[in-house]
Formats: sequence, structure tokens, C-alpha cells
Amino acid sequence: MAGLELLSDQGYRLDGRKATELRKFQARMGPFAQADGSAYLEQGNTKALAVVYGPHEMRGSRSRALHDRAVINCQYSMATFSTAERKRRPHGDRKSTEMSLHLKQTFEAAVMTQLYPRSQIDIYVKILQSDGGNYSVCVNAATLAVIDAGIPMRDYVCACTVGFVDETPLADLCYAEESGGVSSLALALLPRGGQIALLQMDARLHQDHLETLMEAAMTACKGVSKVLDEVVRQHLREASMLTRE
Amino acid sequence: MAVMAVFYLMILGTGIWASMRSRKEEKKCSGDGMEITLLAGRNINQLVGIFTLTGEEMGRRSGPSELSVKLNRQLERCLRNSKCIDTESLCVVSGEKVWQIRVDVHTLNDDGNLMDAASAAAVAALCHFRRPDVAIQGDQVTVYGPEERDPIPLSIYHMPVSTSFAFFQQGTYLLVDPCEREERVMDGLLMIAMNKHREICSIQSSGGIMLLKEQVLRCSKIASVKVSEITELISKALTNDREARKAGGRWGFAESLPLQRITALKAEETAVETADASEAAREVVEKTAAPPASPGVPSPVVPVPGVGQVGQGLPNTWGLEEEEEEEEEEEEEDQGTGGDGGEDVDEEMEMEEQQPEKKEPKKVDVIEISDSEEEEVVILHPETTEKAKNTGSRSHHKRAATAKKSQKK
Repeated sequence: MAGLELLSDQGYRLDGRKATELRKFQARMGPFAQADGSAYLEQGNTKALAVVYGPHEMRGSRSRALHDRAVINCQYSMATFSTAERKRRPHGDRKSTEMSLHLKQTFEAAVMTQLYPRSQIDIYVKILQSDGGNYSVCVNAATLAVIDAGIPMRDYVCACTVGFVDETPLADLCYAEESGGVSSLALALLPRGGQIALLQMDARLHQDHLETLMEAAMTACKGVSKVLDEVVRQHLREASMLTRE
Repeated sequence: MAVMAVFYLMILGTGIWASMRSRKEEKKCSGDGMEITLLAGRNINQLVGIFTLTGEEMGRRSGPSELSVKLNRQLERCLRNSKCIDTESLCVVSGEKVWQIRVDVHTLNDDGNLMDAASAAAVAALCHFRRPDVAIQGDQVTVYGPEERDPIPLSIYHMPVSTSFAFFQQGTYLLVDPCEREERVMDGLLMIAMNKHREICSIQSSGGIMLLKEQVLRCSKIASVKVSEITELISKALTNDREARKAGGRWGFAESLPLQRITALKAEETAVETADASEAAREVVEKTAAPPASPGVPSPVVPVPGVGQVGQGLPNTWGLEEEEEEEEEEEEEDQGTGGDGGEDVDEEMEMEEQQPEKKEPKKVDVIEISDSEEEEVVILHPETTEKAKNTGSRSHHKRAATAKKSQKK
């Protein structure tokens, strides 16, 4: 930790970004034809793949069906080759279960589930390469996949992980910054209303800095939402061009 | 119940496995008296085992239930990621031997907000814990037991304690420290873990609620107040315990019992005069009238003392209930024949029992004995049965009477 300078004096981070800069964003909607909705997202070196099935009839136990809205089922897993050391247990361990719960919670707030009573929507997210900000990338990928599936949502769900170093909030952390003991805050936001769908923070942060950090996170999320919006419109343009001809 | 049994077996298995592993480790190192698991990794391993007595679903799906995973991860993040313990000081021989700390949280009763209770308990336990003293001479590592050298406490940087907030009606209402009923109907939960230096150790929002930035900031302010109170309580309890141990008084679990800190059913003592209890008892016994010697109940005939006999004994009284209806006629009849001692017995006993039941056959009302709706009360026609019984048993009784008469003669 002494050798790595997370924020240089000129204000540059390890990978040459400025404090409030997001990583390079590349996304593709609908890479898979067989699923109802799918999306592939790259944020810097973190690559995630999200697939959505639904809304369909309840599989498994009918008793879990809700009479007035749809059940959202999420599964988060990491590919065995996604981390520096081969992952022994890609899913079923506690971290993955926790992430799945968080994803489910996030999307239950955003998706308009009242339109599909007694049905089920499945969201599967897989991390192909993990370089920090896993949760945020998953949420962004899943948003695109849900839009690709045509399931109505209240708003884009945008997520970003921000850290706090030297009194400066850093947006969109990479793995080196995350593991450097930096206090990181993961925020999932519905940008139009400024509503927070999920808030998660680890490591010590003084209470007074909380507001600055949250502000920075919300700004970063709004930036992400602009990018996602652009991706969706581009995809729509391509699809309509193909159908026109 | 089977699930509970499986769970207990799992715990037992884990314990056995752990002991086997530690035995293996012992063999590797130069054999010492007492050893806690020595590992080459440097970390706090926190396994949170939770069992609730209020019927939590454990192992219904594959692996632990969602609630236990959630609590486990929250505790891990609150305690481990915030680095409340100096893990470097746990190293014994760098690269080879290290102390491993394990925190087990057992829930005895769940009335909501397990997270707060678990975090306070875990922090208090870590502060209270003492590890064995170790001496290193070159390559040799000696672990001293508690009798040889005083055990050393862990070096704790800060005490993270969590506070939970429950939201209702899309954020209109906010409740701190929800109880179980409030948890059932809440929209969502926000957990903030802080220490008394006003540093936030962990924030976690759960449930499908939408928060606003102002709500989160407000909650953090409330949390700082609560956390300082709880930290005060914990420090005070630790100091009390330390002093009690020094002074040699009672401490620990046993100490909290009479002060009713552990909930127990306890009734106040009522004063009872026991000075002349034996006198009063004797009076009571004498005053009660002697039970009327049942006329002519013969004691069983015992030919030789110490010898049991089968076949003799009191006359048969089992046929009483069946013959209740025709008591009246029998009475007259028997009286006519001139009852002997033996028969008198039957009669009188029958009479006593027959009196309350006399009314029954006369009325045709249904008398409900139990209020179960399943039992059917079937009433046979009383006259026919009576007659049938009369003819049947009367003759039988007559025969018996004559038989006895002949015996006596």
C-alpha cells in the first residue's frame, strides 16, 4: 500500500484517469438471440454478461408466486477465469448469494412488476473478467438486458462504485484501488428522481465525508445513465434500419 | 424437526472436523500443551453460526438460508473490512504460524433486529477475549496455558456497532431498532455501522426501498448518537467484569442470573409460617373423621402371611354398571329372598351407584358427555334394553344368589 499512489499530486490515478472520470464504456445489446433479453458490458477491464428470461410462468414452487406482481429472481456468478487466481466456487458461496440478493433488491425497486402478476422474471449475470466495481457493472449490464427484453422499468438503474482517497472522491474504482483499503461506496440510482435503490459501503469513512462521497456517487451514476441511454438509442437505430430495409 | 437434527449434526461434524484438524496441526509442530489452530494465513476468519428458536428455515434450499447469509456477510463486512482488530499482532512466526480468531454468534431468541444485537455481541466478545501468551526463542515456539502466564487481550482499534432503521410507507416513517413485528411489515431496512469516533464502518440498505440522500444523512446522525450510547454500555460492562474478576467475586453468566438480566420466570417469595407446622398437621389428621368402614368389605383372605393368592379376594364389583337399570327390581327381589352378607354388599354398593344414574334411563334426553362434534350419541330404546337386560341379568343374578346361598348352606 505504501508503494502504490492511488492519487498523484497532479490529480491522476493509477490508470491515468482524473478523479471524476469513468472508465471506458462499451456495451452491446442483444448478443444472444435465444434469451428474451441479453446484454454485454465492458467498463474498463471488467466484463459482464447479463441475460434475462421472462416474464414467464412461475417455475418451481407455485406457492412462491405473488398475486399482484412478478417475482424477480437474480443469480450472480463469476467465471472461474475471471480473477487473478482461478475461482474454485463460482456460485453458491456467500459472496455470490449476497450479490444476488442485492441485485434482486435493486431490480425489484425499478422494474414495474405490477404489470405481470403471478409470473417470474429471471436475471442472470456473469462476470467474465473482474477488475473492480463488480456490483456496478452487473447492475448496468442487467439494466440493458431488461430493456432489451422489453420489460418496462421506471427508469434506468445506474450504479457506480466510488472511493475516498486524500479527501477526494474517486469515481469508478478499479481492482487495485478497491483492494488498497480505500473506503468504497457502491450506489445504485434511478437518475431522474434521484432515488437510491441500493447503498453499500465498506471500510472506515468519517461521517462528515459521507455527504461528499454520496454526491460524487450520484454524479457518476448520472454520467453512467447518459452513456446507457446512448447505447440503447444506438441499438434501436440499428435495429430499425435493418427492419426498414 | 429433522432439519433441526441435521443442523445439530452439522455443528457436531464441524466441531469434530475442527478438532481433527487441530490434532493434525499439533502433530506437525513441536508438541505443546495447549494450542489454538495455527495457520499460515493471516486473517480473521469469522464464521457466524445462527440458530433461532423461533422457527427459522435452515437448509430449506441448497445451503444456508438467505437471512443467515445476509447477516453473516453484514457482520463480516462490519468487523473484518473495517479492520477493528490488529491482525498483524496475531502473527507468531511470519510466514509460518499465526493465530486464527473465530467468532460464533448464536441467537437464543429472535425478536427482530438481529444485526444490531449480533454486532454488539461480537464486538463485546472480541474485547473480552484473551489469547494465550506465546514465547519465541529462535525457532522454538512455546505456548503458555492460562495457569502459567496470564492470557493477553487482542489489540482492538475501534468498536464498530451497527444501528438499523426500518422504513415504512415509502419512506414516510422511520423507526430505529425495529422489533420482530415491525420487521415483518416494513418496506426496507438501512443498517449503519459506526464507531464512537463517528467513523462509518459500513452502510447497507436492504429491501426494495428507494432512499433519498437526506434520509441517509439523517440516519447517520441518529446512528452516531446511538452508537456512542451502546459503546458506553459495552465499556462499562467490560470494566465491571474485569473488576469482578480481580476482586474474586462472581462474574459471567452465573452473575447475571439473580439480577434477572437473563429473562426467567420468577415469582416473589411469600412468607410461610413453619413454626408449628407439624402440630397443625397432626390436628388436621385427627380431626378428619375416620372413613366409614365399608360394611362388610372383607379383607382379602390370606391363608398364610407372606403368601400371595390368586383367585380369592374381594367379591366381583365389575358388573355394577351394566346392571344399573334393573337395580330397583333386583333390590326388591333380593330383599324378598333375604340377602346374605355377601349379597348385601352387592346391593348396597349397587344402590349407591345407582342413585345418580337412576334418572338416566327414565328420560330420553341426550346427555352430552363431551362437546366433541364427532362423537355420535346413539340412544337405543330404553324399554327394550331394560327388559332384555332385566331378563338376562336378573336370572343371572338369581343364579348367583342361589349359588351363594347353597354355598353358605
